Amino acid sequence: MSAGGGLYLGLRISFQTRRWGTESMSDGHHHEELPFWRKYIFSVDHKVIGIQYAVTSLVFLFFGFCLMMLMRWQLAYPGQPIPFIGGLFSDATAPGGVMLPEYYNQLGAMHGTIMVFLGVVPLSVGGFGNYIMPLQIGAPDMAFPKLNMASYWVYLIGGTIMVLSFFIPEGGAAQSGWTSYPPLSVVAQEGQTWWLLGMLFLIFSSLLGSVNFITTIMHLRAPGMTMMRLPFFVWAQFVTSFLLLLAFPPLQAAATLQFMDRVFATSFFLPTGLVVGGAPAAISGGGNPLLWQHLFWFLAHPEVYVLILPAFGIITEIIANNTRKPLWGYKSMVYAICFLGFMSFVVWAHHMFMTGMGNFMSMFFQTTTMIISIPSVILLTALLISLWGGAIRFTVPMLFALAFLPMFGIGGLTGLPLGLASPDIHLHDTYYVIGHFHYVVAPGTLFALFAGIYYWFPKAVGRHTNVWLGRIHFYGSFVCANLVFMPMFFQGMAGTSRRLYDQTFYTHGAAVQDLTILSSFGAWGLGFFQLFFIVNFFVSMFAGKKVESDNPWDATTLEWATPTPPPHGNFLAPPKCYRGPYEYSVPGMSADFQPQGEV
Amino acid sequence: MDKVYEYGWWLPPDVSVHGHRIDLIINWLHWFMLALFVGWGVFMVYTLIRFRARPGVAADYKGVQTHASSYIEGVVALIEVIFLVGLSIPVWADVKANPPSPSEADVVLRVVGEQFAWNIHYPGADGKFSKTDAALVSQSNPLGLVGGDPDGADDIVTLNQLHFPVGKKVLLNLSSKDVIHSFWLPTMRVKQDAIPGMTVPLWFEAKDTGQFEIACAQLCGLGHYRMKGYFSIDTPDEFAKWLDEQKASAATEDDYY
Repeated sequence: MSAGGGLYLGLRISFQTRRWGTESMSDGHHHEELPFWRKYIFSVDHKVIGIQYAVTSLVFLFFGFCLMMLMRWQLAYPGQPIPFIGGLFSDATAPGGVMLPEYYNQLGAMHGTIMVFLGVVPLSVGGFGNYIMPLQIGAPDMAFPKLNMASYWVYLIGGTIMVLSFFIPEGGAAQSGWTSYPPLSVVAQEGQTWWLLGMLFLIFSSLLGSVNFITTIMHLRAPGMTMMRLPFFVWAQFVTSFLLLLAFPPLQAAATLQFMDRVFATSFFLPTGLVVGGAPAAISGGGNPLLWQHLFWFLAHPEVYVLILPAFGIITEIIANNTRKPLWGYKSMVYAICFLGFMSFVVWAHHMFMTGMGNFMSMFFQTTTMIISIPSVILLTALLISLWGGAIRFTVPMLFALAFLPMFGIGGLTGLPLGLASPDIHLHDTYYVIGHFHYVVAPGTLFALFAGIYYWFPKAVGRHTNVWLGRIHFYGSFVCANLVFMPMFFQGMAGTSRRLYDQTFYTHGAAVQDLTILSSFGAWGLGFFQLFFIVNFFVSMFAGKKVESDNPWDATTLEWATPTPPPHGNFLAPPKCYRGPYEYSVPGMSADFQPQGEV
Repeated sequence: MDKVYEYGWWLPPDVSVHGHRIDLIINWLHWFMLALFVGWGVFMVYTLIRFRARPGVAADYKGVQTHASSYIEGVVALIEVIFLVGLSIPVWADVKANPPSPSEADVVLRVVGEQFAWNIHYPGADGKFSKTDAALVSQSNPLGLVGGDPDGADDIVTLNQLHFPVGKKVLLNLSSKDVIHSFWLPTMRVKQDAIPGMTVPLWFEAKDTGQFEIACAQLCGLGHYRMKGYFSIDTPDEFAKWLDEQKASAATEDDYY
């Protein structure tokens, strides 16, 4: 037997033991012995870690959103003092309440970084993945509970470094964009070093998590839970974990190189003959700034799918549950998501069409980009067709899930003129790009994440959220999100570059300034409607209506077969899986749902 | 009298010879996107109304039985192939991938980005650029021209002022001194990153005269938003006259070097 086979067998045996072995995790004595700090703070229970991830990332999302609301003031009313809170800012950021360009750039870079790396990914993978995935496959916990705990704490350290960097006296936080292109990022002030350090922690955390997810899904599935019986959410997490595992190491290497360029005076990304600030730079040279872009986008394009795939997973669960019928085309969706994951590794240079690309390279990356649109269309179409013939319940999670479809549709469609190199000449690095990816991530992924919170809240907390507050949150957010992002397509079409502190400096930018103001009011409105969510979240946690059943939505997947909330060890008896994940409205059955775990 | 150009909520004016091909792809793509979105949207709204939960009506276990969606996906893929092979790839080959040689171009010049301005460098009547050396860069010699180089005797260097003649092929070699910028002429449908350590050729031809703005499209620091230049598309006579004027003023500045 080969060494690999031996290792595999060894792992297999140890997981079998963990699965429902001698030291059963469901004996109920486990958690009683644990002191408070082991149970709620340094816990190894995947559900506690999931909630820690979710709450932390929601705080970061709110923080990142606030940065953006500040930026929207400067964009709408350039050079005017920020109202109400303008006096709170230091002279290094906004003297007299008037934002400085360098502070605007800090807010921009940190908004992107926080939303992507500290908000959406930790919430969708660390939060939902951690909490729901082991329950859905019928496992007592993750394969490596301590690794799981470590990944959360490493994430928190990375996030703390990022936020603290705002308080650096010399120059504040990173201000070279979330993409951190050198040489700008290498010659930038101290904040960039902190950004790189923070990123190294965040990447490390993701790697720990992804290894754990893959192992858990491969080895800890309940008997009968074959790969083709996995809920689609688990498939989405599975593919996402591979993307994280394979795409992050290049960025880790790149971040290390950039760190060395800044701290140890290497020149990986600095070419010979660089002249900064009117004088030749004291560097050895010989490096190449484009190397960073290749390494960065080799991560950051798969990262886009890391942002969107778990959202698709959540939406799928909620649509199947609320249409009361099986998913249309489950198998083709599984194949599509695997193909999507694979293709996401060979499209990265479509972010670099304007760097000076010849015929062959641009042809290759345009073609792969058009190819990757096909599985996305398949996923979206399958979900749309799944609605046909249903008995659709318009619950709050379903409202968010339904809105996801057209919003992601707009985000996906507007990717076409950007993914084709020739129209990209006009649209590259304009507001059109901002509109495009925000439609994917904000009313796309974030709506899916809200849907997931409303859907699984009763299981995690044991209480229902308030339906009316949820509806106000939904309709308000839906209208405002479109007010924020729809004008951006027209701004971009007019030629307005992104990341401008004051776009009225240009004739073509001034021509669309009314749209900028509209967009800003949309953003502040969006902020206002999130208050309904925050109130709902906290009030329902302590005073919401108690759930009367372990399965309040009449759902089929295994997470609803646990007690509410699930104890450490999850299931009272080892679960078994008897059928596919979405057996709703089976002809001849009295109930309109047939749970996976019931004979 | 120069024409007045209007800027609005869709594509800006286009005065380039190649621009209409890019605009055509953008406009057709948006009709295609609109058709898909409206098609999906109508299906979705109809489905939500027709299949809302009603007492006594169960969901259909089997759902849609036809394979119409596969055909629609096929058509979508086919249209994407047409956009890709029929439009985008050929346009790229003409506009971005095959630069003319300096002898084929009517006007050859260099543009060098710096935080936060555009240095424009014309070779003068001899058609030869002066040698440059990064070590010589200073306030008065922003491009680091090597003094005494005979090729540079009649060179012309301007800041943020680009002129070129209408109806002539312009070949522009783009680079940057410090960080990455992006040279963006919205009304010419020309965009190219200016990357330190690299020189990238771009070329274009204008079909109309006028005064326009050069923008920076890549975040290059705190002054990114004000890295604005101006470009003027002149008649050939005006262009020759402008070059002479620059030469006259450059002669008096030669003492600095």
